[in-house]
Amino acid sequence: MGTNPVMDKSMTTTESDLNTAATTSVTQPDDRDQLTLEQIAACDNFKSEIHDSLYQETSIINVKDFNLWYGTKQALFNINMPIAEGQVTALVGPSGCGKSTLLRSVNRINDLIDGLHIGGDMLLNGTSIYDKSVDVIELRKRMGMVFQKPNPFPMSIFENVVYSLRIDGERNKGVLEEVCERSLRGAALWDEVKDRIHESALGLSGGQQQRLCIARAIAAEPEVLLMDEPCSALDPIATGKIEDLVEELRGEYTILMVTHNMQQASRASNYTAFMYLGRLVEYGPTRDIFTNPHLRPTEDYISGRFG
Amino acid sequence: MSIHFRRQTEKLKKMVLTLGGMVEQSLRDAISALEQRDPDIATRVIRGDRQINSTEVEIEEECLATLALHQPVAFDLRYLVAILKMCNDLERIGDLAVNIAEQARFLCSEEEISHVPFDLNAMASRAQLMLKNALDALVNVDTTLAESVRAADQQVDEIYREMFELVEATMRENPHQLTQLIHYMQIGRQLERLADHAVNIAEDVLYLANGEFFKQHSGENDTIGRIGHG
Repeated sequence: MGTNPVMDKSMTTTESDLNTAATTSVTQPDDRDQLTLEQIAACDNFKSEIHDSLYQETSIINVKDFNLWYGTKQALFNINMPIAEGQVTALVGPSGCGKSTLLRSVNRINDLIDGLHIGGDMLLNGTSIYDKSVDVIELRKRMGMVFQKPNPFPMSIFENVVYSLRIDGERNKGVLEEVCERSLRGAALWDEVKDRIHESALGLSGGQQQRLCIARAIAAEPEVLLMDEPCSALDPIATGKIEDLVEELRGEYTILMVTHNMQQASRASNYTAFMYLGRLVEYGPTRDIFTNPHLRPTEDYISGRFG
Repeated sequence: MSIHFRRQTEKLKKMVLTLGGMVEQSLRDAISALEQRDPDIATRVIRGDRQINSTEVEIEEECLATLALHQPVAFDLRYLVAILKMCNDLERIGDLAVNIAEQARFLCSEEEISHVPFDLNAMASRAQLMLKNALDALVNVDTTLAESVRAADQQVDEIYREMFELVEATMRENPHQLTQLIHYMQIGRQLERLADHAVNIAEDVLYLANGEFFKQHSGENDTIGRIGHG
């Protein structure tokens, strides 16, 4: 290295210069049409392709420069993502792309994992989800969550549905019954179980159990419903019922859904976000993503060429 | 069938029937422009075609999105394919109505002739009825009505076949009417093609119902392909 910094810069190309140049070129690939998966994978600061129509929606959740590490391994890279209020948003992508991690960050279930740390922020109706003053339990009440495998509690159907009210100390029988019926109706389960709501929930079929979990989630009147592959353990008929239910709940609730099933995303969602290796690649109206995606990797993934 | 998909097919059906209504109106107007020698009605038909074209594009986009998002099978798949083909025929009928309106507008500026040598009225009314029946057949997937549209085409074809000789004879007798007669003959040609498109729509209804492709084949009805059974 010479002593004159000016001389260094102009006359010689050092190894570190080359590295910088290489990083810059992969950080923002110029030609978006020719974008490859390798380029996305090499980018720590990938600029997602977000369709304009998303900015015309009112967003209930706003993910801002969100990064997440499990120990030293980074799982999410600089995610920026508005979630439209009252709409169904599907997260798709190959295994390990971070879609469940992102979903679980929204209600801070990930907090329980050792060695996890995050950067950036998420806003719910303009207020930070990750602020120190946030009561996590209160936050989770505002977000119902439905998991991959139906997980009814080992108690009656009725007690399952009103569980959140019970732990809040609600004792009025009238209120509990009213909420129970309303939630079961909302989850399209009332007619099937109204004669046996005091029987054990474990006697229900898998599809019914999953709808019971949705009823339990909406009993607390959340603002957002988070669904982590809600149909992957169900048969096609039960899946169809859940998808119909999602369509019926749309508008009243904002639904954020992780799914491995591309057809489910195409049938049941309004917006689709495609993720790859912790990056949000493309995000837009489901119809546009599935008929005319902007980026080649999105097209390859939804047409089943990889993943 | 999911709620989503059912809503989508309902919407598509409404859109196709709207397009059908627009095309029927356009054809009706084109013929009254001719009968009443009214260039204003003709102009209205010509201007209205833009709306028909854009509606056709909307339906096509909607169909393609539905195919991509819902991957229908069996009847649902045939339904979308039939609608895609149908709206193409409807758009063509709209174009033919515009052609007739253009001829009508020209004829308004020419001296009126006392007698059209072939049965233009019968041709026009049959073609209109065929279009109406083809669309009605779609509404209830009525195969009997769809078959009747195919049969009716033979009458139109017959008038069309005789047209040349009749017009030629009149041209020899009244050479000063040559210009008008050429235009009437063109209108006859448009109506014949229009009836063929109505038959296409009826055949799409048959395909929808039975899963069999029908094509008119030198006057005989042949099944030329088959996909499953309805």
